[in-house]
Amino acid sequence: MAKVLMKGNEAIAEAAIQAGCRYFFGYPITPQNEIPAYMAKMLPKVGGSFIQAESEVSAINMVYGAAGAGGRVMTSSSSPGISLKQEGISYIAGAELPCLIVNIVRGGPGLGGIQPAQSDYFQAVKGGGHGDYRVVVLAPAGIQEMADLVIDAFDIADRYRNPVMIMGDGMLGQMMEPVEFAKKEVTISEKPWATIGNKEGKPRNIINSLFLDTQDMENHVLKLFEKYKEIEKNEVRVECYNCEDAEIIIAAYGTTARIAKNVIQKAGAQGIKVGLIRPITLWPFPTDVFKKWAEADHVKSFLTVEMSMGQMIEDVRLSIKDTKPVHFYGRTGGMVPLPGDLLKEIIKIRGEK
Amino acid sequence: MAKVFEKPKALTGKPNHYCPGCTHGIVHRLVAEAIDDLGIRENTVGVAPVGCAVLAYEYFNVDMHEAAHGRAPAVATGIKRVLPDNVVFTYQGDGDLASIGTAEIVHAANRGEKLTTIFINNAIYGMTGGQMAPTSLLGQVTATSPYGRSAETEGHPIRMSEMLATIEGTAYVERVSLHDIKNILKAKKAIKKAFEVQIAGKGFAMVEILSTCPTNWGMAPAEALKWVKDNMIPYYPLGVKKEVV
Amino acid sequence: MAQELIISGFGGQGVMSMGQLLTYAGMLEGKNVSWLPSYGPEMRGGTAYCSVIITEEMVGSPIVNEATAVIAMNLPSMERFERTVNPGGLLIVNSSLVNKKADRTDIDVCYVPANEIADELGNTRVANMVILGAFLQKTRAVSEDSIIESLKGVLGSSKEHLIPLNREALKRGTQSVNP
Repeated sequence: MAKVLMKGNEAIAEAAIQAGCRYFFGYPITPQNEIPAYMAKMLPKVGGSFIQAESEVSAINMVYGAAGAGGRVMTSSSSPGISLKQEGISYIAGAELPCLIVNIVRGGPGLGGIQPAQSDYFQAVKGGGHGDYRVVVLAPAGIQEMADLVIDAFDIADRYRNPVMIMGDGMLGQMMEPVEFAKKEVTISEKPWATIGNKEGKPRNIINSLFLDTQDMENHVLKLFEKYKEIEKNEVRVECYNCEDAEIIIAAYGTTARIAKNVIQKAGAQGIKVGLIRPITLWPFPTDVFKKWAEADHVKSFLTVEMSMGQMIEDVRLSIKDTKPVHFYGRTGGMVPLPGDLLKEIIKIRGEK
Repeated sequence: MAKVFEKPKALTGKPNHYCPGCTHGIVHRLVAEAIDDLGIRENTVGVAPVGCAVLAYEYFNVDMHEAAHGRAPAVATGIKRVLPDNVVFTYQGDGDLASIGTAEIVHAANRGEKLTTIFINNAIYGMTGGQMAPTSLLGQVTATSPYGRSAETEGHPIRMSEMLATIEGTAYVERVSLHDIKNILKAKKAIKKAFEVQIAGKGFAMVEILSTCPTNWGMAPAEALKWVKDNMIPYYPLGVKKEVV
Repeated sequence: MAQELIISGFGGQGVMSMGQLLTYAGMLEGKNVSWLPSYGPEMRGGTAYCSVIITEEMVGSPIVNEATAVIAMNLPSMERFERTVNPGGLLIVNSSLVNKKADRTDIDVCYVPANEIADELGNTRVANMVILGAFLQKTRAVSEDSIIESLKGVLGSSKEHLIPLNREALKRGTQSVNP
């Protein structure tokens, strides 16, 4: 199939339909509105169902119901709306159901702004809702990758019976880039646990996250964490760029990773060797990759670049312990770092040594 | 000799946790009998609420989905969209449906979702220990209205059936009571009809059932039934509020 | 040469679609491209702009802070983005709506009466194609054929009759400036 030019939001929606997603429940919020609009237009044509719910809370609970009934289902929103969805996400994780949640992040806290941000990192990777659980978080940095990851996200969700989140930002949602859809055959695995009606002689299916007995509850969480261990073992995705002889390694994901690549080239032209570790999975975090590069003699320090006041930096620090200094450069509230400013920061860090 | 009293197939038979004199057990049985009568047990998915009926998934012998507090109509909507040929019901109390879940119930009805909702109105929060419900009567003393519910500070009790009857997507809504045998039989009919309306694809159907909570009302079971008749029914008149034929 | 361009104007002047056509054309020519719109309340009647990158290199940030060229379809756009043009870069001004000269002397400034030319062609709405023609003439960023090819994709078969008008507008634009 030929390349087409698409907005990130549209590419997510098209990829979801190609991945066999037939159910979408959402609520309008900028800057992700192209996703529900696309789904509203396309889902009826493929025998699917779209609902503009009465709230984000209802939307995620419709996802909860549809996932329990065995549907391939998703929702999308932006930061304030994702906060509202946390109740449902916790239930979905607790009841072990597969679904895709897209967060096209905007500046916050509160109503915040509508411009791109990465300040929902903690919410996405450290839990978000209540209880002991994890959500797989994928962070694309381009439109092609957004499309590819949507397709993978549904498979990961099914494989582990766990919610998967794609975290973009307003820039990735709104920008257009060429994208190609692979048009591969979709095979959706059987869901014998789904509540589709209890046939005589078969065990009854119950979708549930309630465990009043404390030992049962602990056992359930332990089972979840066995699963999370598997995910940590199998699903880490990361891109390393120019790290081989880098003296400074930037840690950045999504939009800031794109900017970092510009700056790495500019720095290279000035004889400063800078590399990039770009986590594609924010959870599971590519801890081992950070550890490996931290052990390299040529790497003198790390620089975490985020569109927030510094959230992923905590995972970078946890990964490399105190082996190398970890610096931070960030803009927040919808501001996107300028390549020139980032380059100045690199030069400053280098001067400090 | 033919058995006259037998466990419905749509109940698991697991002993329930409800308090003595609580009418949840009766409603469970009526719902299960309706499911059996209509021969839809293998095709039904139930959505349990948060409240006293939180463990309903243990008792109904159908596939069950446990929802978050108030969200049962949204969960049921999601299920029904995936399984349009199945029968989907929610079982909700007054805190669940008439307080935290008002948005979900109103909009499920407004979309005309083909769902059946069993709404237990006992004018109190049972599970959490007798707090005021949106349906608690004026003057009713509860854990959180210790001086009696006052219209000035807590507002008036909310009449959900009348409210939902104004909605275009609602195909059937009736309020029934369980305070005597005659009314229990009426309730049984209403519940069956609420399933039939769904099966016929007419739209949203709800039965509001005036129920007792002897434990949190601080009454003996018989006294509680009398309280329904003397105090609840005058404020919550029984009958069909809307029926699309 | 890599193009890092800002196109700006009132909502309704076709600045977004102009940017998309250029981006699409760049894609058809096998280049690396990106298009980034301004979004939010400012889209409603105010100044709308988009950033377009067309390059043989990798596209990093799609945001254009230092533009190789700026197309200003109205006065607020010129006032906002004139300073963004790199020294030696290009500023194309829709002189039909901007009756002011640019301040910069270190850049190439072209004044194109895009609305007048479009009116001569009988349709004000092709003013964006006129100015796009001028941009192509100055930069050779993509070929006119690629733009027309993109336009076919955008318009669809039902509006194919608009192609000749748009082609003419592009041509008039190219003739309005010196290469």
